[in-house]
Amino acid sequence: MFAQSDLQTLLLGRLTLDAIPYHEPILVATFAMVALGGLTVFSLLTWFKLWGPLWTDWVTSIDHKKIGIMYIVLALVMLMRGFADAVMMRAQQAISFGDNAGFLPPHHYDQLFTVHGVIMIFFVAMPLVTGLMNFVVPLQIGARDVAFPFLNNFSFWMTAMGAMLVMASLFIGEFGKTGWLAYPPLSGIVASPDVGVDYYIWSLQIAGVGTLLSGVNLIATIVKMRAPGMTMMRMPIFTWTALCTNVLIVAAFPVLTAVLALLSMDRYLGTAFFSNDLGGNAMMYVNLIWIWGHPEVYILILPAFGVFSEIVSTFCSKRLFGYSSMVYATVVITILSYLVWLHHFFTMGSGASVNSFFGITTMIISIPTGAKIFNWLFTMYRGRIRFEVPMLWTIGFMITFVIGGMTGVLLAVPSADFVLHNSLFLIAHFHNVIIGGVVFGMFAGINYWFPKAFGYKLDEFWGKMSFWFWTIGFYVAFMPLYVLGLMGVTRRLSHFDDPSLQIWFQIAFVGALLIAVGIGSFVVQLAVSYVRREALRDVTGDPWGGRTLEWATSSPPPAYNFAFTPRVHDTDAWADMKASGYTRPLGGFVPIHMPKNTPAGFVIAAMSAVLGFALIWHMWLIAGLSFMTMMTTIIAHTFNYKRDFYIPAEDVTRTEDARTRLMTNA
Amino acid sequence: MNAPTLEFAAVAPEPALQQTASKQFHVLEHHPENGTLLGFWLYLMSDCLIFACLFATYAVLGHSYAAGPSGKDLFDLPLVAVNTSLLLLSSITYGFAMLTMQQKQMRATLIWLAVTGVLGAGFVTLELTEFAHLIQEGAGPQRSAFLSSFFTLVGTHGLHVTCGLIWLVTLMVQLGMHGFSEANQRRLQCLSMFWHFLDVIWIGVFTFVYLMGSMA
Repeated sequence: MFAQSDLQTLLLGRLTLDAIPYHEPILVATFAMVALGGLTVFSLLTWFKLWGPLWTDWVTSIDHKKIGIMYIVLALVMLMRGFADAVMMRAQQAISFGDNAGFLPPHHYDQLFTVHGVIMIFFVAMPLVTGLMNFVVPLQIGARDVAFPFLNNFSFWMTAMGAMLVMASLFIGEFGKTGWLAYPPLSGIVASPDVGVDYYIWSLQIAGVGTLLSGVNLIATIVKMRAPGMTMMRMPIFTWTALCTNVLIVAAFPVLTAVLALLSMDRYLGTAFFSNDLGGNAMMYVNLIWIWGHPEVYILILPAFGVFSEIVSTFCSKRLFGYSSMVYATVVITILSYLVWLHHFFTMGSGASVNSFFGITTMIISIPTGAKIFNWLFTMYRGRIRFEVPMLWTIGFMITFVIGGMTGVLLAVPSADFVLHNSLFLIAHFHNVIIGGVVFGMFAGINYWFPKAFGYKLDEFWGKMSFWFWTIGFYVAFMPLYVLGLMGVTRRLSHFDDPSLQIWFQIAFVGALLIAVGIGSFVVQLAVSYVRREALRDVTGDPWGGRTLEWATSSPPPAYNFAFTPRVHDTDAWADMKASGYTRPLGGFVPIHMPKNTPAGFVIAAMSAVLGFALIWHMWLIAGLSFMTMMTTIIAHTFNYKRDFYIPAEDVTRTEDARTRLMTNA
Repeated sequence: MNAPTLEFAAVAPEPALQQTASKQFHVLEHHPENGTLLGFWLYLMSDCLIFACLFATYAVLGHSYAAGPSGKDLFDLPLVAVNTSLLLLSSITYGFAMLTMQQKQMRATLIWLAVTGVLGAGFVTLELTEFAHLIQEGAGPQRSAFLSSFFTLVGTHGLHVTCGLIWLVTLMVQLGMHGFSEANQRRLQCLSMFWHFLDVIWIGVFTFVYLMGSMA
């Protein structure tokens, strides 16, 4: 090895060649694959001369539709990583019995369950939800963009940079071995002196800033930018759930920021917040992180509820049953989600009164949630149900989510929780609601809004394949975990002694493989649909007989969304417009005021990633420099006063004429 | 539905043949209200929650002295009183800057902003002096959970004031460059909210940390 010179420490901190895991065959093979993939993408971009368009049309774009699409692409890429981790864990648990130690050493296995949770929540579920909201909400409320288009671009890049740091930990150093919430004292500097927890902290802090700002952005958008006539009680349900989710984001993510900052002070400065000595209190961390963490699960599920509401009413060709009860249920869930955090650690021992309070509030949440399920059922009742792919996901959700909800109510009983706490029953429960709720919701949403985003529908056969493999795979993978949990098997174990348990883990592994086929079918669905795009083309802009405003414009919508801002008279504005004999304006267009693209968001986010990386490795000089560069860029950006322009009326006319021709020829 | 209006006939090339935007379904050009002040206020509320966490942390750990010094041993109330006056005064002078902005008096606005900046810088300097003194006495943030939470709460506030100062200077330069443009007035309003917000937080710190800590 190199001798540690002062210069090397100054530049590289504690980063040495030892940090590169070239002695771990699994990681070397993964790196080879990633490098090969990266090289292919790089060469293809260069060959087709796409770097310029990539930069001007996407990276620097402040168009909410493109940013939404980029969020979803990020989420799907990260889904592959997070799912690969899941399959490895399932494989390890299926074989690691008795004398067989499996193929994953404990230090690798511990990183896997940590990174799997972090990636799936922060870099798959969150970008899917944020991406859908970004794409759909401005269209649904008849706006041209979000309230702060530049911030929107910046938010996306912060999320992407956080994801990049997590990916970097795979090949440079390691990730945390602490579980996805990094409880101290395990995550403290004494028990975890390596870089793993620091990767965890900085990737989440960077992505967290992005999430918080996008929350502020979407609230301001929904409150201030709705089309004339769209009162709060005329907003589409998806917009309502997006509003509530973003309120939750703004009210919850600061807590995560604060608690991670305290943890990093313990690690970097030697403070005593969560230490075992000098008066620190580790349970305070657990309380604070769950004050963020519980609202977080509702941040994820509420937009999924919104998606299902839109899909049910569209594919039953009916107005949603109980619109206002749906709104109130959403708001009640939003408020209650702040009053239940302690149910994640009943075993802390806060006493019977505290535990009862949180047990009861937890059970109360199932009431508005149940009301929603009945609203969807009553919408379907006597509807002309079209069983297209989005509707299949919705029905799959309704059945699966109810099961997950009921096991949740079981866990809400404190005395039952003392038995089931940290068992595989819990793992089965939250996968049941997150996969059955959020993942199904996002696949439903992607299938539903894909034609809006790209101008052609997704292939139905492969969509159905994806749905069936995911659904059956889910049950095969997670029902055994309920059984194992009831038998007392705890989570996060990489090895077992009792051979009678093995069969359940083997069944669960088969389930994971079925889900893999489901994910594969989705990828095939994307590819097949692209090849068949002419046959699947949507020229009307309204392929499903939609009811809300996003279906009033073309697919894909023009940069300005609507040539004229729509005027709203009723809920389901587009259905109302169609019923009152709406005809598309063909002339008389006027110039449209739009925001301008800027590279500032990307540059600032990239600098923050460099800063995070430097802090992880204690490269103080580089940390200082990147911080200064970041601050300078931010200040320099405020000197840019020319942030908007007008799309000339002729351009609008040309775009709209092209659509007119397309519609007449169809 | 209404018949297509010919209101925009002057713009449309063939008004007789073209179907223009119907008033029933469209507005010609919709200018949504500016969301900046709402957005900034939302950000402030999220910042407020960070302080809420730090206050809660202080409430939990504020008596965990680990056999070290307590607030009563450490706090220098006269110094804190001076410090508090500086910050409260700076809020008033910022108020004057806003009043002169409304009267479009550039010179007076810049002067009041400069006074605000000087008072804010005085606040930060005094706070740093206090911190240096405490650390010298061996009462640094590593000494006990009480001191960890004290330094973090007060220091986070001080960091915010420092950011506010950088913003203030930037904005003064921009006022010089672009005058009282709409964008600049909006920015002054945002900084105003930020500055008063920090004042409110400080009143909490002053009462909860210093006054109550000195009594305990």
